Amino acid sequence: MNEPKKKPIQKTRTPMPEQDPATRGKSFDEGPLGYSPEQARLEAGRCLQCKKPLCVAGCPVKVDIPGFLELVCRGEFAAAARLIKKTNALPAICGRVCPQEDQCEVECILGKKFEPVAVGRLERFVADYERENDLIELPEKMPPNGKKVAVVGSGPAGLTVAGDLVLLGYEVTVFEAFHKPGGVLMYGIPEFRLPKEIVEAEVDYLVRLGAKLKLNTVVGKSVTIDELLDEAGYGAVFIGVGAGLPVFMGLPGEDLGGVYSASEYLTRSNLMKAYLFPEYDTPLVRGRHVSVIGGGNVAMDSARTALRLAAESVTIVYRRSRQELPARDEEIEHAEQEGVVFRMLTAPVAFEGDQQGMVRQMKCLKMELGEPDDSGRRRPIPVEGSEFDIDTDLVILAVGSGANPLLTKGTPGLGLNSRGYINTHEHGRTDKPGVWAGGDIVTGSATVIQAMGAGKEAAEDIHRYLST
Amino acid sequence: MPEIVENTELCPDIWQIVVEAPDVAAKALPGHFVIVMADQQGERIPLTVADYDPSAGTLTLVLAVVGTSSTKLSKLEAGQQLYALLGPLGHPSEIARHGTVVMVAGGVGTAPIYPIAKAMKAAGNRVVSIQGARTAELLFWEEKLRAVSDQYIVTTDDGSRGRKGLVTEPLRELLEDDRQGAIGCVYAIGPPVMMKFCAETTRPFDIKTIVSLNTIMGDGTGMCGGCRVRVGDKTLFTCVDGPEFDGHLVDWDGVLARQRIYVAEEKCSMERYARVRDEG
Ligand SMILES: Cc1cc2nc3c(=O)[nH]c(=O)nc-3n(C[C@H](O)[C@H](O)[C@H](O)COP(=O)(O)OP(=O)(O)OC[C@H]3O[C@@H](n4cnc5c(N)ncnc54)[C@H](O)[C@@H]3O)c2cc1C
Ligand code: SF4
Ligand code: FES
Repeated sequence: MNEPKKKPIQKTRTPMPEQDPATRGKSFDEGPLGYSPEQARLEAGRCLQCKKPLCVAGCPVKVDIPGFLELVCRGEFAAAARLIKKTNALPAICGRVCPQEDQCEVECILGKKFEPVAVGRLERFVADYERENDLIELPEKMPPNGKKVAVVGSGPAGLTVAGDLVLLGYEVTVFEAFHKPGGVLMYGIPEFRLPKEIVEAEVDYLVRLGAKLKLNTVVGKSVTIDELLDEAGYGAVFIGVGAGLPVFMGLPGEDLGGVYSASEYLTRSNLMKAYLFPEYDTPLVRGRHVSVIGGGNVAMDSARTALRLAAESVTIVYRRSRQELPARDEEIEHAEQEGVVFRMLTAPVAFEGDQQGMVRQMKCLKMELGEPDDSGRRRPIPVEGSEFDIDTDLVILAVGSGANPLLTKGTPGLGLNSRGYINTHEHGRTDKPGVWAGGDIVTGSATVIQAMGAGKEAAEDIHRYLST
Repeated sequence: MPEIVENTELCPDIWQIVVEAPDVAAKALPGHFVIVMADQQGERIPLTVADYDPSAGTLTLVLAVVGTSSTKLSKLEAGQQLYALLGPLGHPSEIARHGTVVMVAGGVGTAPIYPIAKAMKAAGNRVVSIQGARTAELLFWEEKLRAVSDQYIVTTDDGSRGRKGLVTEPLRELLEDDRQGAIGCVYAIGPPVMMKFCAETTRPFDIKTIVSLNTIMGDGTGMCGGCRVRVGDKTLFTCVDGPEFDGHLVDWDGVLARQRIYVAEEKCSMERYARVRDEG
């Protein structure tokens, strides 16, 4: 008898349609356009449905990847989205911004010989399909248990805690300093990579589930954690305030006009919509020759934003070599395709301005790489006598971030490490009874999914704590 | 969203907004500021708390109309709402017994000076207030400030009320005449140039001089660094480290330069705003 012939495996992943880089680099509309249903089924069909799926082991929140891919194959897209949502409440966001190449996709068995299954693109597809076709259904909720939980910060960590605890019957209030919820998803990651409409829809879903939002409230100023616990009747507090402290380099001329921290530059553009100025009131210096200092994802986002704001040239200035660039490969490629210039092994030493106090020039040194430092990367060493100038009228410093002390300093009993991040024990418990923490304020700048993972763990533990 | 209880023009282009914000009013202290947005397209702008009434749950803010944001705020009527109000932010003023304190208010700076003067008086200080404006028409809250002052001096640039000249002149005389060293502290709040010259006036007398900066801001919580200022050998953030600083240590040239970053954009924004308004 003839064995039925197995279809040969498609070796490469199904490409996702994208805007043409030439026009993309001028537009704030999202670049990648997403799969069609046919493309999605084709790509999901590449999955081998492993019995012990390695991809799931690589996923920080253990999404049932083969399970949802199977549903995609069968064309049950909304069911696939709902399956993901059992473990990941924000699939439309994660499908776009997660570093899948380091998580699920790097582990995928197909990747040993061919290209791995495009899990991220499919996650994005099913979430978009569900939302765009109005197929979102609210899951069953436990009856109200009369207990209140406060969440501080509406980034991915806080939103995850809120979503999980609302389903368990808690009355959850999320306190957010800004006038819009979402944290970095709203004010950091640009529109062309993560449309704000999607963040709004995901937050809206949580509100429909019953989470309450209290915007324009700085915990530590407007209200303190102790007041929440002792006076306002909250049984537990989760702190997910992110790592919102800009880092400056301490160089001469850094306070000139036109020199921004990446966080100010991106907040003005994304949250305040300065890219729509003067329709929106918040201004932003629009440089012609832009220098972005740093080589991480934040630098790439800043550079690509500046490019879209009609800069003639945008240069990434990084003190190590291309190999050490910490940004995702995909982001580097996008930046390059759009025309961002990379000037490696270069470090600024001073900024110079004109009579109006606006930056006009940057003094730089060439660098070479020495022995590896603590981080394991080769240490950049200035080349003597290599000083040279770069003409620039907009400088964006994307050289890292730190722990914002506003909340932590005003909260007695919270243990901090030497760099000001919150110390946590198992499941995100802090030194302060009744208070949990997770996300960037514990780990330092990390990823959306790690923040969500921390939120998930804390939510489970808060539930245990409040149930006994 | 916080509702406007009353919005009145105190004098040409200076408006007093009373807004319902019980949570903020309950916590507000002299020296605090808030961040407001007039509408969804608005900018986040800082305004120093001019007065507060915890029992009524209201805050009083005073602003000078200079650009799009302040124009929009001045047009809001009672019953309308601010899009956002956040606060109280910053450190409150340090109210202590200094003996005599001199409170110097320039222009719209009278508003934030008032609650500090009142608290200084209540703390047992002898309060000497100097209120200055370009012209008599631009003076407001004279009675309020006089009522919390033991001595009250008014100056106008054109002599239309009180002494003709700048606030720094009576300030210098007070310091020169103070042979017993009764003056323990000077507060100067107003336009940056006025604060700078007040600080220069007090410097030779080595008297602690506090100023309140109104820099460009974004979040107001220490997240962006847009409000940074050099104070002594440090870069500080006005929103979380201030807004009050030692006027002798502030890098005034830096403050003045950063104030001008968006001059061109502000003009463009105003022109568009006027056009849109005219077109209805
Ligand atoms: C430009 C940029 C691009 C990035 N790109 C990616 C990416 O592609 N993929 C990825 O996985 N990760 C990315 N990251 C990292 C990721 O966004 C963060 O790791 C993640 O958002 C951290 O989540 P969080 O919930 O801990 O905090 P955040 O997202 O930082 O949210 C914290 C929230 O708390 C609020 N808050 C702070 N203090 C207070 C207070 N006292 N009271 C009330 N509210 C307060 C803040 O306003 C904010 O809304 C990026 C980060 C940046 C800056
Ligand atoms: S490892 Fe790859 S092939 Fe195996 S289940 Fe996961 S996605 Fe499918
Ligand atoms: S306003 Fe952003 S740090 Fe002060």
